[in-house]
Amino acid sequence: MYKYDGYDHQMLADRVVQFQDQTERFIAGKLSDAEFLPLRLQNGLYIQRLAPMLRVAVPYGMLSSVQLRKLAFIANHYDKGYAHFTTRQNIQFNWPNLEEVPELLGHLAEVEMHAIQTSGNCIRNTTTDQFAGVAVDELEDSRGYCEIIRQWSTFHPEFAFLPRKFKIAVCGTAVDQAATQVHDIGIYLVPGPEGEVGFRILAGGGLGRTPVIGQEIFEYIEKQHLLTALDAILRVYNREGRRDNKYKARIKILVRETGVEEFRNKVLKEWNLIKDSSLMLTEDEIQRCKSFFTDPAYRELENNPPQLTKYLDQDLLFTNWHQQNVHPHKIKGYAIVTVCFKETGVAPGDVTDIQLQQLAELADEHSFGEIRVSHKQNIVLADVPQDELYTLWKKLKSGAMATHNLGLLTDMICCPGGDFCALANAKSIPIAESIQRTFSDHEELKNIGEVNINISGCMNACGHHHVGNIGILGVDKKGEEFYQVSLGGSSKNSASLGKIIGPSFSQQQIPEVIEKIIAVYKTNREADEKFIDTYKRIGMDPFKEIVYAKAD
Amino acid sequence: MQKLIKNGSLTDNHWTILKVASGPEVLQAAPGKSFIVPLQFWKKYQDEIQDYNGNIAVWLDSDERPEQIGERLQKLQLIALNFPLFTDGRSYSNARELRQRFEFKGEIRAIGDVLRDQLYFMSRCGFDAFDLRQDQDPQLCLQAFSDFKTAYQSSIAEPDPLFRRR
Repeated sequence: MYKYDGYDHQMLADRVVQFQDQTERFIAGKLSDAEFLPLRLQNGLYIQRLAPMLRVAVPYGMLSSVQLRKLAFIANHYDKGYAHFTTRQNIQFNWPNLEEVPELLGHLAEVEMHAIQTSGNCIRNTTTDQFAGVAVDELEDSRGYCEIIRQWSTFHPEFAFLPRKFKIAVCGTAVDQAATQVHDIGIYLVPGPEGEVGFRILAGGGLGRTPVIGQEIFEYIEKQHLLTALDAILRVYNREGRRDNKYKARIKILVRETGVEEFRNKVLKEWNLIKDSSLMLTEDEIQRCKSFFTDPAYRELENNPPQLTKYLDQDLLFTNWHQQNVHPHKIKGYAIVTVCFKETGVAPGDVTDIQLQQLAELADEHSFGEIRVSHKQNIVLADVPQDELYTLWKKLKSGAMATHNLGLLTDMICCPGGDFCALANAKSIPIAESIQRTFSDHEELKNIGEVNINISGCMNACGHHHVGNIGILGVDKKGEEFYQVSLGGSSKNSASLGKIIGPSFSQQQIPEVIEKIIAVYKTNREADEKFIDTYKRIGMDPFKEIVYAKAD
Repeated sequence: MQKLIKNGSLTDNHWTILKVASGPEVLQAAPGKSFIVPLQFWKKYQDEIQDYNGNIAVWLDSDERPEQIGERLQKLQLIALNFPLFTDGRSYSNARELRQRFEFKGEIRAIGDVLRDQLYFMSRCGFDAFDLRQDQDPQLCLQAFSDFKTAYQSSIAEPDPLFRRR
């Protein structure tokens, strides 16, 4: 993991003092609501429906056990014993008092954490594949580059007041798990003409009200040009992005209205002016940042050791969990474990202080003291020896963290929705719960196979409904909560946006609608075809027909 | 009360901002003064400006660009950049462009909605004078420049980003 040096620590300490002062001036009435708003947002602080909400940055999803313990402490002292993992690999606290926030930030700073730029119209937390560095299909570990981007974007003086929020994702694996194409900037590590790894850069992707897949701006650039390329894109956006209408202010609208050709020309013009400037990365810096993400002290182990295989034969629950939640690791004898927090009745992403403590212990005992947060709101233990999987599973089970539904229908992405969020049109958590209750049979879930259901409580799309195989969007119809269902979305390499199936449904209708959709899929699927592939083959009509069929 | 910060200290402001592009008679009516004129005025009345016996500077609104000033840009001793609202971040890019691309050495002054909590970022983008909004406490604002002791990015005073200095 990245380790702070004196510079990083100094900046964080200065930030805590700065925000303390800003908060005091606000409370004393010397800073107006409007003036305090962007300042607190850039510190991750929302004033929400019930209480303030603080969003803490987890750079590219990496956390150490020390940090987890601190988060558990904060959940316990400043919240009601809960924290919530978000789809940006961050973590949120829903109940801190405004007066206590600076103090809370002080606690975070002790463990190299903060809430900088987790909200507001600025460059947000850079995200990446939660399997970075351990995936079997990886071209190069993306995390060193994420760290380079984190530093470049932190307190960037020119880009602190952008037209709108700005999200960057980096992907170094063959299978894109980072939803890279629906980011304001999406970066792929790719081999260049000479085989040397560089970057392919897309811009103008995004979800929200107007979902768009990003368009290619740089087909290939060498590594040293990463920051100059980002700077050039951001400068064009900062100047030309629309500021007259917040719903048209994201870069995707600018790219669309300018036309991608013209937008690319503007970026290139800007880039040519700065590409050889001091912002050009040095080989030393690339190596320095990469050096924090080297392999831990792996032991020489065998694949499928008897301590694993004997339990796979004996214990059905363990076998189920192993099938769904354990992924192959690049190192022989190790495995990647995803801890799924999608227990029925628990809001997706919610975790208790006790679970955070337990995770810290499990990370120390079985995975070199580190965990990752995935954008699907799950937790990853990335370096578990296969011969410890059974022991780990038993411990997870005792902490109610052994849900074995990863990748299955009940492993949903869900925003906090109308229960917590001031922006929401409709509740989303009860929808997730009603679906989980309807599909409670694990054998049936396995039979259905991989389907993602993504739920957002409003068109801001925090639950990524556009890229759910099945997307559910809460809408307000004359004061009543309704749900619009879409099919065919995907955030993988062949990213696609879901299409709305038809008129929206009431909350009560949703479980039945999902059942019907799944039934159509099961009737039509060929061999072991996934839901998304069946949908792509047969199209919307068969689904529509059944879902809206009149009862006899 | 003094509301201008220049190079880190409070100072008198001799310049008058001409807010709207009126006619050149404004100049004739006030000889020997110092005016910051809007871009349109600057472009339209070059002859009158040449003949004027006082000082003339230009201000750009956030949707205008340094290149619109034209070839006499380098002759200016001051360019002001407007913040119609403090949340409008376009003038930061204009300041950077003036310093980096045009290598403008004169004064870059922030005008408009200029508030304490943005001064640090402005200074790092190349602003060196700050015409504070009327309600701002100038003494309090002076502290803003030391909000952070160090930064990752380059600035005008520090041409190398941190990664080249660490």
